[in-house]
Amino acid sequence: MLGFVVKRVLSAVPVLFMVAIIVFMVLRLSPGDPAVMIGGPNATPDQLAALRESMGLNKPLLEQLFIWLGAIAQGDFGVSLVSGKPVAALVMDRFGPTLALSLSTVVLAVAVAIPLGVIAAWQQGKWLDRLVMTGSVLGFSVPVFIIGYVLILIFARTLGWFPVQGYKPLSAGFHDFAIRLVLPSVTLSFPYIALIARIVRTNVIEVMNEDYIRTARAKGMTEGGVLMHHALGNAAVPIVTIIGVSIAMLIGGVVVTESVFNIPGLGRLVLEAVLARDYTVIQTVILLFSTIYVFINLGVDLLYGLLDPRIRY
Amino acid sequence: MTQTPAPDTPIPPARDLPEMDSAAPDGGFGALVRGVLSSWPSRISALVLGAIILMAVLAPFLGTTDPVAINPALRLQGSGPEHWLGTDSFGRDVYSRIVYGARISLAVGAGTVLVSLLFGVFFGVITGYFKWADIIVMRFMDGLMAIPGILLAIALVAISGATLTTVLIAISVPEIPRIARMVRSVILGVKNEPYVEAASVLGTGVWKMVWRHMLPNTVAPLLVQGTYIFASAIMTESILSFLGAGIPPETPSWGNMMADGRTFFLLKPELILYPGAMVSLTVLSVNMLGDVLRDRLDPRMAKRL
Repeated sequence: MLGFVVKRVLSAVPVLFMVAIIVFMVLRLSPGDPAVMIGGPNATPDQLAALRESMGLNKPLLEQLFIWLGAIAQGDFGVSLVSGKPVAALVMDRFGPTLALSLSTVVLAVAVAIPLGVIAAWQQGKWLDRLVMTGSVLGFSVPVFIIGYVLILIFARTLGWFPVQGYKPLSAGFHDFAIRLVLPSVTLSFPYIALIARIVRTNVIEVMNEDYIRTARAKGMTEGGVLMHHALGNAAVPIVTIIGVSIAMLIGGVVVTESVFNIPGLGRLVLEAVLARDYTVIQTVILLFSTIYVFINLGVDLLYGLLDPRIRY
Repeated sequence: MTQTPAPDTPIPPARDLPEMDSAAPDGGFGALVRGVLSSWPSRISALVLGAIILMAVLAPFLGTTDPVAINPALRLQGSGPEHWLGTDSFGRDVYSRIVYGARISLAVGAGTVLVSLLFGVFFGVITGYFKWADIIVMRFMDGLMAIPGILLAIALVAISGATLTTVLIAISVPEIPRIARMVRSVILGVKNEPYVEAASVLGTGVWKMVWRHMLPNTVAPLLVQGTYIFASAIMTESILSFLGAGIPPETPSWGNMMADGRTFFLLKPELILYPGAMVSLTVLSVNMLGDVLRDRLDPRMAKRL
């Protein structure tokens, strides 16, 4: 088991290395000169040359790549090309809101999607199943920001239950923090619920045909017990897998949701950085999101052993 | 010059049993279409999608005016006989922009499918067939897959400039690894099939082998993946435009209309909701058709999702 864990963790290193190279290539090989961005339109050629020199932009590309990778390995993410502040500090400032939004979304999505999926599986082919399945296709066919705006229109604007936009940290009091998180989390969880509910339904249906389900029923177990204990338990591996894989979708949604609800998180940071061509910030945030994604899926892989005792490493 | 003339019609293969003629499978494209259209949800989806395609093709003849004509005197008007769905903050006709927007969305969808299938199949074949390529290309693809698609697309568009081409490439790039992986796994799967070995023994060349004996196995899953990519490309385009990293803002696209409508959302929500409904309707109908197609073509995949 320990050997497996070490092997899996090590296998993440080349992937992240590749991510770093791709991000670097995308940013450096595309047109647009960061020195011109910083120097502004009025900078003289001499000033631009000096800027390039100080930023290391006139070194060979490969050397730049290795300098950058070496710096990352030492925890040095550079300074923002726009504000001059250290990138690490900027990212830390924005990490809280994104973490709060993502966590509340995942919790909400799992809490809603699993019962929905189980109910749909139990009622397979009946109207309740059709309703859940139709809702699920709808859930990932409507753009996240449309869901967000409709929710704002109904629950903030018309009913006045929640603030329209904004974010307050937990330190400002739990109520202020939580009430601003409700609409964004509900918004962001829509496609996620749709996806998870579908997977839960399919896998529970598949498990329901197994012999041990018939045995459980034959011994007089209640339908609820069969569903929750035997069916859901045995369908856990694919369900947890999809929760991990769709974190990528969640990250995409975070950028949009933070933009709709004016939440000062990493999504907004990367969007601001992209529009200002702040290369150091963009590459750091993309690298951070990719690292999180890789490690969440690593964690999912390691969870398999706990969820399914038949899997041994 | 003596030449035996070829028979006009190929001689039908002799069948051992008379029943085999009637038992011949109802194959081909027509059967697939009939199968997909056998239920009401998919019929409605096909109808909606057909209507949207028709709208895109016939845009100039549907009572539209110039979708980019600005008229500041008539900004933010409600629905009326002049402007069926009102005007936006620049006084442009919302109805005309919606109709013309269908062209952009469908073009982005089709373009993305084309680009990602082309590159995905190429890399899939290369990595499935040649071991040396597998190691290099697949590591690269693993890295590409670890980067959240939307972030990569935003960065690509913002940095290489907002044009329809860059948006297309930016939306296609994150899809390529998934296609490549799928094609690769199919190729690896059929590599040891007897018919491939037989062809190999007969001295079939690499490209003929891939084209004639291996790629036909990928058609069904690619068709299914293609519909999902089509739907998700339309969605991603609208998200990119909405975030301000999409096709040039003056282009009448649904995403751009929603981006423009943001400022006036509380005042005039329909500026976002009309194009939003169009995006949702298009994506929904394509997704529904994709589901039915998947159930028909790929029972193994249908079981998984």
